[in-house]
Amino acid sequence: MTGVRVLVGTRKGAFVLTSDGTRRAWDVNGPLFGGWEIYHVAGSPADPDRLYASQSTSWHGQVMQRSDDGGETWQTVGNEFRYEGVPGTHQWYDGSPHPWEFARVWHLEPSTSDPDVVYAGVEDAALFRTSDGGDTWQELPGLRESGTGPDWQPGAGGMCLHTIVVDPRDQERMFVAISAAGVFRSEDGARSWKPTNRGLHSEGIPDPDAEVGHCVHRIAMHPARPDVLFMQKHWDVMRSDDGGDSWQEISGDLPTDFGFVIDVHAHEPDTIYVVPIESDSLHYPPEGKLRVYRSRIGGNDWEPLTNGLPQANCYVNVLRDAMAVDSLDPCGLYFGTTGGQVYGSADAGDNWTSIVRDLPAVLSVEVQTLP
Amino acid sequence: MLPAHLQVLAHVPREVQLDVGAPATQRTLLDALEAAYPVLRGTIRTHDQQRRPFVRFFANEEDLSHEPPDAPLPDNVASGVEPFFVVGAMAGG
Repeated sequence: MTGVRVLVGTRKGAFVLTSDGTRRAWDVNGPLFGGWEIYHVAGSPADPDRLYASQSTSWHGQVMQRSDDGGETWQTVGNEFRYEGVPGTHQWYDGSPHPWEFARVWHLEPSTSDPDVVYAGVEDAALFRTSDGGDTWQELPGLRESGTGPDWQPGAGGMCLHTIVVDPRDQERMFVAISAAGVFRSEDGARSWKPTNRGLHSEGIPDPDAEVGHCVHRIAMHPARPDVLFMQKHWDVMRSDDGGDSWQEISGDLPTDFGFVIDVHAHEPDTIYVVPIESDSLHYPPEGKLRVYRSRIGGNDWEPLTNGLPQANCYVNVLRDAMAVDSLDPCGLYFGTTGGQVYGSADAGDNWTSIVRDLPAVLSVEVQTLP
Repeated sequence: MLPAHLQVLAHVPREVQLDVGAPATQRTLLDALEAAYPVLRGTIRTHDQQRRPFVRFFANEEDLSHEPPDAPLPDNVASGVEPFFVVGAMAGG
């Protein structure tokens, strides 16, 4: 029987939530790596039993974990992330040059075809890759050296490469997003990159239409339509129909267009989801109501999804990597909050239940659809 | 003596015993620790062998964190009479 495995990273450990295809009853396993920050846990599409986890603390730095049995047991793998060559400087918060320094792995993107291959997005922003199951990691320096790197500046959360999207038609074509630099595209397997931020407008930077400097929070793609990208920017929900060459705003009738997550329905490329957050100074939902908004036409026209979600006195946040969709039918959605709740919907967002309520603050949510 | 996070990571109790050899210094002690427990590489000192800022080294009720890494350890620590403490700094309020 099919099932799902939800991989949850939190401020104080990882949790694995499993259910059968009905997605009604859940087993909760954890905390794994208790006390450590788990920025991301991701499973290999090529081998669902192969999982990777990014584990870190401010005290002891970065540790990487790998499981070969679906999360039952784990082994530490390589944790040396060394920038290629002399990494130079980016801008610090005050505009002064600041040396590139590795802080942590924010996001893991396993290859769709080889369980030993994983891309890692790190802070300070750079792209790394392993081809030996995590034992060793090599930087792909073309991104950092693509010309605008010295102009990049951290957002409040650090200068992190937080999103990696690979075109399923062509593994050489990929997108990354960096806070607060923007979106970059490679057509040659991450050797060379160009900024793809035309159409983004950010009032918080000196030139609101600059080539780089935009605080992109998340981008998403439907695998059946890889030229269409959706973006939750610091402010503004955006869409590109030409692979990032240009962007148009699709915030439409959202109550606020600030937020972190954005995701696409597994079977409907024009059905997208966001969780509006009041503002960049008030990191909680408007009116104390936790609402997922869904557009069935690719943006602009949005409907609130509230059934099963708290509609009073709710002041949590939903961070950029904390929403995921499964590929069952109907499509399942999952998201986690800074209040430690993980919510799930087995009907594309119409109805929600809390799978767990009192975890540490959730940093990331991924889901595997199991055979 | 290891802090709690590293005990869990290395699957060891608070106290581990090491055969450091001579000379017994911070560097040779940590080299021996990392050789015995490779998962600790990068967690006490960086891969460039710099002590992590929130890690401290104590022995004989003194803070040895700022001692040169190649300075000899106190005799009673080198001989195993007194422990060498790897401490996670108190932080976070």
